[in-house]
Amino acid sequence: MELTGAQALIKSLEHEGVDTIFGLPGGAILPVYDPILDSPIRHILVRHEQGAGHMAEGYALASGRAGVAMVTSGPGATNIVTPIANAHMDSTPLVVVTGQVATASIGSDAFQECDITGITMGITKHNFLVQSAHDIPRAVAAAFHLATTGRPGPVLIDLPKDVAQSTMQWWYPSSVEELDLPGYQPASSIDGDALDRAVALIAASERPVLYVGGGTLKSRASAQLRAFVDRVRIPVVTTLMARGALPDSHEMNLGMPGMHGVYAAVTAMQKCDLLIALGARFDDRVTGQISSFAAGAKVIHVDVDPAEFHKVRRADVALQCDVATALGALDAAGAEPANLDVWWKEIRNWQERYPLVYDDPRPEGPLRPQHVIEAIAAKAPPGTIVAAGVGQHQMWASQHWRFEEPGTWINSGGAGTMGFGVPAAIGAKVAQPGRTVWCIDGDGCFQMTAQELTTARAEGIPIKVAILNNAYLGMVRQWQEMFYEERYSEVYLDADLPDYVKWAEAMGCVGLRARTLEEMHDVIERANEIDDVPVVIDFRTDASEKVFPMVASGASNDDIMVHPRQRSAAS
Amino acid sequence: MTAPEPYAGVTTHTPVRHHILSVLVENKAGVLARIAGLFARRGFNIYSLAVAPAEGHARFSRVTIVVDAESAPLEQIVGQLNKLVNVVDIKDLAPRDALERELLLATLPVDDGNRAAVLEVVANAAASIVDVNATSLSVVLAGTPHACDLLERALEGFSDVELQRTGRVALPRLTQTESL
Ligand SMILES: Cc1ncc(C[n+]2csc(CCOP(=O)(O)OP(=O)(O)O)c2C)c(N)n1
Ligand SMILES: [Mg+2]
Repeated sequence: MELTGAQALIKSLEHEGVDTIFGLPGGAILPVYDPILDSPIRHILVRHEQGAGHMAEGYALASGRAGVAMVTSGPGATNIVTPIANAHMDSTPLVVVTGQVATASIGSDAFQECDITGITMGITKHNFLVQSAHDIPRAVAAAFHLATTGRPGPVLIDLPKDVAQSTMQWWYPSSVEELDLPGYQPASSIDGDALDRAVALIAASERPVLYVGGGTLKSRASAQLRAFVDRVRIPVVTTLMARGALPDSHEMNLGMPGMHGVYAAVTAMQKCDLLIALGARFDDRVTGQISSFAAGAKVIHVDVDPAEFHKVRRADVALQCDVATALGALDAAGAEPANLDVWWKEIRNWQERYPLVYDDPRPEGPLRPQHVIEAIAAKAPPGTIVAAGVGQHQMWASQHWRFEEPGTWINSGGAGTMGFGVPAAIGAKVAQPGRTVWCIDGDGCFQMTAQELTTARAEGIPIKVAILNNAYLGMVRQWQEMFYEERYSEVYLDADLPDYVKWAEAMGCVGLRARTLEEMHDVIERANEIDDVPVVIDFRTDASEKVFPMVASGASNDDIMVHPRQRSAAS
Repeated sequence: MTAPEPYAGVTTHTPVRHHILSVLVENKAGVLARIAGLFARRGFNIYSLAVAPAEGHARFSRVTIVVDAESAPLEQIVGQLNKLVNVVDIKDLAPRDALERELLLATLPVDDGNRAAVLEVVANAAASIVDVNATSLSVVLAGTPHACDLLERALEGFSDVELQRTGRVALPRLTQTESL
C-alpha cells in the first residue's frame, strides 16, 4: 500500500492506539492535517500551542497513556517548548509532532524555520528529525516506546514538509528490535544482593519512612504500595508528585512532605533512621537544606533511572527497577521492620499537635482559600480529578483536598509552570469524560492560558474552574511579605480586572462569583448542576492568607514554620 | 614481547583527577551536540574529546572523552551519558588502566642559529620531521600524553611555534595473565 508521509504518520498514530491529538495547524504541518479528516482520531483544536502541550500532559496523567500534540514549525514549535520542559521535569509521557520546513531548506533561515530538535535536546527524553517517509512508522513507534517505558518523558518528532508529501510503502515495526534503538535498554532486573541488604536495613530499622514519589504512580504500584504498607505498617509520605498514590484516608499516610508539607510528614523524614525512597528524586523542595536533611537516616533508593542514585543524596542501597517490581521483591523477601509502636507514638503526637489549620471562615468574606477547596471537595463525587496551576492555590489544593485514588491529582511539580491548570484539566477530562474535573487555579495562572476555555466550550469539554482570586501573584507576595520586609514589588493584579465572570461568558462558559460564605456554597452547588458547558467561578479570597507550614528556601527542614496559631504551642 | 608501558601519571593537559570515557555512539546527526549539550547543562567539564568511526562499523562512532572527575562524580557523568538514547556503550577507564595515545603536530621557524637545537629536541622526543621548506619545519609525535607534554615543553624554548594536539584516544590495557 502506497501512502504519503502524512498519511503514514496518522496511520502510525492510529497503530499506537492514539484516540486524541491536541494541536493547531500551520504551513509546515499542513500536509498532515489533510488525512486527519479521514481518521477516527479526534483532533482538538487549541487556541495556543502551549495549551496543546499541557492538554496532552493532563491527558497522559489522567490516563496513564502517552499524550499526543501536533503543531507547526517555527513559532508553533517554540510555543510548545514550555509544556515539553514541564513534561521532562515531571517524567510525563508525551509524543509531540512538529512540522518542519522542507529538507532542502533546512539551515537556510527559511520562513518559519527553527531548530526545534536543537532547542528541545535538553528537555526531551529523545527527539527525531525524520529524513524520509519510509522512516515515519519507525520514528512514531520508537517515540511511543521511549516515551512510555523506563523513566517516561516527552519525545519530539520533527517532520519536514517534503517528507510528509513524499510517498512510502506502508509498513509498521513489529518488534522492539526494528525500532533501531541499540542504546536504549530500560529493562532491569533486581539485584539479589542489593535486595538482601535492603531487607536487612528494614529489619534493623526502628524509625523507617516510606518516601513515596511520582515514580510510584508511573509504575502503577498503588495497590502494591497499599498492601505493603498494611503489612509492614511503615509511615508513608506522599510527595507533590505522588498525591493519591496511597489514600489520604489511610491511617499510615502522613501526607505531603517538603517546603509546604504537613509537619508530621516533614518531621518524620527528618528524624527517621531509614528512608525508603520509592520513585522519588530528593528534589530540593522536599529536602530543604540537603546537609541537614534526614541526617541520621540510611537510604534505600528505588528508581528505574540509575542516574538518580547518589545524585543528591548518597544511597546505602540502590535498587534499579520500577517501584512495583521493588515492592514485589521486598514483599517476597519478607522485608519487615522491628516493632514500630514507639515511632508511631511519636508521629501521632506530631500529628495531634500540628495538624493543617487555617483561620476560621468569616460569613461576610473574604473567603478563606483553604475553606473553598474543602467546600468543593465535600461536594465532589468520588474519583473527581483535580488539576492545579502553580502558586499558593496549588499548595492549598495539595494540602486540603483528600486524594483517594491514583491519577486524581494533576499538577506541575518540577517546573512549576503557571498556566498549567486549565489546559491540563481539559486534557484530563478528555481522557476521563465520565469523571468530574475541577481546576483549582490562581488569578495569575488563569490569565496565562484561560483562552483554552474557548477550546473546551467548542469541543464540549465541561470542566469546572475555581479561581482563588486573591488579586495577587500570591506565592510571590508571600515571599515578599516574609523575606523582603513586605516590600511588594510587581505582584498586585486587581481582583476586578479582568472581570472573570464576563470573560468566562465571552468564552461560552458559565461564569459565577462568590464573595460570602453563603455565595460560596451556592455557586458550588450551581456548578455541580452544570455538566454540559465549562463553569468558571471567581472566588474572592483573602489576599493576606499564607501557605503554612513553610520551610524557607534553603533552610533546614528542622526549622519548619507552622501556622501562626500553632506557634505559641511550640516549645 | 615488549614490557607493558609504565603509567605516566598526571599530565599537563589534564587535571589531577581525570577519567577517560570511551563512548560508543550511534553514528547519527547531532550525536556530538547531544553529548556536548549534556556536559554543558550539567556542569561537567570536558578536557579533550576525540571522535572517529568505530572498529569497522559504519553505524557507530567511538568518542573518547577525558573528563574532569572533580566537576561531578564520575557515576553521575556516566549515568547521565547513558541516558542519551544514541549512546550504546560506555567504557570507563581509570588513567592507570588505559592505554592512551595522542598526536602532536608543530611547525616552527629554523635557521642556522637554532637548527641543531631543534633537531636534538626532535630526536630526544622520538618525533619525526614530516614537512620542511627553506625557513620552517613541521614535526609530528604520536605518543603518550606524557611524551607529548615533554615535547611541548621542550618546544616552548623556541619562538613562533605553532602547535596542535588532538586530545587522546584510549583503549583498556590488556590484563597480564600469569604464565606457567
Ligand atoms: C510561567 C511562570 N512564571 C512565573 C512563575 C513564578 N511564580 C510562581 S507562583 C507565582 C504566582 C502565581 O499567582 P496566582 O496564579 O495568582 O496564584 P496564587 O499564588 O496567588 O495562588 C509566580 C509568579 C512561575 N512559577 N511560572
Ligand atoms: Mg493569585
